[in-house]
Amino acid sequence: MSQRYEIRLAGSGGQGLILGGIIFSEAAAIYDRKFATQTQSYGPESRGGASKSEVVISDEEVDYPKATNPDVVLLFTEAAKEKYLPMCRKDAIIIADSDLVKSEIPSEYSKVVKVPLTRIAKESVGREFVANIVALGLIRELTNIVSEESLEKALLTRIPKGTEEMNKKALKLGKEAAKKYGVHLLKA
Amino acid sequence: MAVDYFKYLRKEKMPHIWCAGCGHGMIVKSIIRAIDKLGWKNNEIALVSGIGCSSRTPGYLDFHTLHTTHGRALAFATGIKLARPNLKVIVVGGDGDMMAIGGNHFIHACRRNIDIKLVVYNNNIYGMTGGQASPTTLTDAKATTAPYGFLEEPFDVCNMAIASGASFVGRALDLDVPLMDRVILESFKHKGFSVVDAWSQCPTYFGRFNRWGNPSEMMEKYKQITYNIRQKDQLSEEEKKGKYPVGILHQIERPEFCEKYEKLIENLKTKEEAE
Amino acid sequence: MEEKKNIRFLSGNEACGEGAIVAGCRFFGGYPISPSSEIAEFMSKRLPLAGGKFIQMEDEISSIAAVLGASLAGVKSMTATSGPGFSLMQENIGFGAMAEIPAVIVDVMRGGPSTGNPTGPSQSDVMAIRWGSHGDYPAIALCPESVNEVFLLTIEAFNIAEFLRTPVVLAMDEITAHMREKVEILGEEDVKIIKRKKPEKHPYLPYEYGEDLIPPLPGYGEGFRFHVTGLNHDKTGFPTNKSELMEEGNRRIMDKVEVNKEKIIKHEEFFTDDCEILVVAFGSSARAAKRAVRTAREKGIKAGLFRPLTLYPLSEKALRSIARKAKKVIVPEMNLGQYILIVERVIGQGIPIVGINQVDGEPITPSRILSKIEE
Repeated sequence: MSQRYEIRLAGSGGQGLILGGIIFSEAAAIYDRKFATQTQSYGPESRGGASKSEVVISDEEVDYPKATNPDVVLLFTEAAKEKYLPMCRKDAIIIADSDLVKSEIPSEYSKVVKVPLTRIAKESVGREFVANIVALGLIRELTNIVSEESLEKALLTRIPKGTEEMNKKALKLGKEAAKKYGVHLLKA
Repeated sequence: MAVDYFKYLRKEKMPHIWCAGCGHGMIVKSIIRAIDKLGWKNNEIALVSGIGCSSRTPGYLDFHTLHTTHGRALAFATGIKLARPNLKVIVVGGDGDMMAIGGNHFIHACRRNIDIKLVVYNNNIYGMTGGQASPTTLTDAKATTAPYGFLEEPFDVCNMAIASGASFVGRALDLDVPLMDRVILESFKHKGFSVVDAWSQCPTYFGRFNRWGNPSEMMEKYKQITYNIRQKDQLSEEEKKGKYPVGILHQIERPEFCEKYEKLIENLKTKEEAE
Repeated sequence: MEEKKNIRFLSGNEACGEGAIVAGCRFFGGYPISPSSEIAEFMSKRLPLAGGKFIQMEDEISSIAAVLGASLAGVKSMTATSGPGFSLMQENIGFGAMAEIPAVIVDVMRGGPSTGNPTGPSQSDVMAIRWGSHGDYPAIALCPESVNEVFLLTIEAFNIAEFLRTPVVLAMDEITAHMREKVEILGEEDVKIIKRKKPEKHPYLPYEYGEDLIPPLPGYGEGFRFHVTGLNHDKTGFPTNKSELMEEGNRRIMDKVEVNKEKIIKHEEFFTDDCEILVVAFGSSARAAKRAVRTAREKGIKAGLFRPLTLYPLSEKALRSIARKAKKVIVPEMNLGQYILIVERVIGQGIPIVGINQVDGEPITPSRILSKIEE
């Protein structure tokens, strides 16, 4: 069977998770020339309701486009943690925004990274809404599933003009956060 | 100069299905005279209708003709006009077609100001289905679905058109042939969405149910509930009360939808070439 | 060569718009409705750039009406909607079938009945597509499983509509509509584009046909004047009450699809050569089925998938011959058992045909199909 890599980004509407999924999967599909699908599920609310974005990356054509057993799960709200953590396999990489997910993540999950993603975005870029991009930089660094160069290219095609520097900075902050908060997962 | 009606009629489709004494044929002749006067070619006219007595008109006229579903004539016509703006697009429909089932399309065609010429054959009843009440049935008038008299208030086609943004609105009775000719001709000359509320009598149903007499007596009754818009200032409010003005009631210049769209295409092209 | 390809990463709805433009669609009339609205948005932006026209109508009834009007004016036309809007379009879809007007109707299926679930995937319009309008009429529906296929089948939908002079439905679901994947955008020169047959000489009778049963159709304003009605009509296009002519007309609009069926039917066979457990699935459910079949094969189970790309007409012969070797047929669909009725009719009695049905707004998972395969 083909190597499938599945990422689930879960949080609420307005956090940019759908765009994040699009950028990440486009980096893989177009710039890394792999195969990728991005799907989403969301409520009727544009802002505030539950939102989920999934990315499947493979060397071969992807059959089922939704994540079935994700390798990486990003939890961006307490509600997302409640809903999706129980479905995670124990050795999946679980990333939680440490300010938004306050409750404990049980120790049976072996690859947990708690990072104040939104705070990093706010304090270091001055814009809370680039937290999704910080997350992408972090996921990339931890998984190496897309190349750094491709992710940046994909990012730049999908954001409004004039926000390039801000977004590039957010991506870089994600990379640094991986080294700081996820060092236990980084291979030498 | 005599008009050669058979230049525009499908001779082999005669006789038409309208009852003796019905006013629809008179409206058709006014439409033909307007087209003849304007010199429009049969090949450049699309005539669209919905369902009902009036909607049989397209079958009789030798243009590009389309007999659509009930109430939807304006929507079909909108597609034709926008896709091929060089066609002259005329829509005919009845009071049921335009004010009831097609009311939504009517108000939006008015709002859009698309260059379609609408003639509403208004006889205050559903003729083809056997005399049921319509949205222009007069209060207290009888119909097969209003056996004790119509409890509701009727729509005024012209007020509805003006309120919805039509840039030309007129009304005429089939009795007054010169006025009907003038109103239809001016509406056809107008650029934008035009509405003519063309009154026609239905002796078979409306006249019979309401004891309005023979067709000419019916025409006389209709005349009594109208006044010419030119006398608007001479008549007192009392004299105008409950009566409908006839003539050209409203005409304004307003950008036409298809022209705006063509301009958009042009502008985008120029912009693209500049880039 | 690889470098020259125009590979994009698009959603199904965007790919549908791209396909329509390449197919030559130059008119779109529509009304916003989830989850199809991105098609209207795309067309509103792209059509004027291509010299075409977009109009947002006041409802879905007028949207399909405007599309049929524009098509009669000689322009390839399309609308896009979802369940509730598709219901509203039904009367005029029948008009299009009766009057024989080419048009493409995209139905991005969502949960029903009524307002149902606007944001979740569903395949519950499968029977509405077949029988939604009153009377007997031919239904033609294409159903893509991927974004790339959305692009290709949109072009195909226009080709079939133009070829057969009839409305064609492109049946998508929320997943194929919103999912993003790689798609190769082909140019007009790289795909087959069919344009409607036009009359060559006067006098022209709008419903006079030859062996293929498809009458030619000029555009309004092109010099051939003719009458179009939704009433039963004869070859001249004018209404008729003559029994034999009504019978002939009603049968011919069905027969023209039947006699030309081989030219339009499409299906995919996936591990069907020796398959004992046959899955029949379409749209995004087929993607789950593929994964389930692959996993079953790894476990040594002889599973296979038959995927109709044309839901209507279905490649009946092919399905029948594959089913003949099977011991069990499974039909997963995001509804409570609609397409299975077609599958049962085609395959007939003899082997168990079981459905997997789901109407919870979530897609059917590969594991659900796999456990049915393993049962």
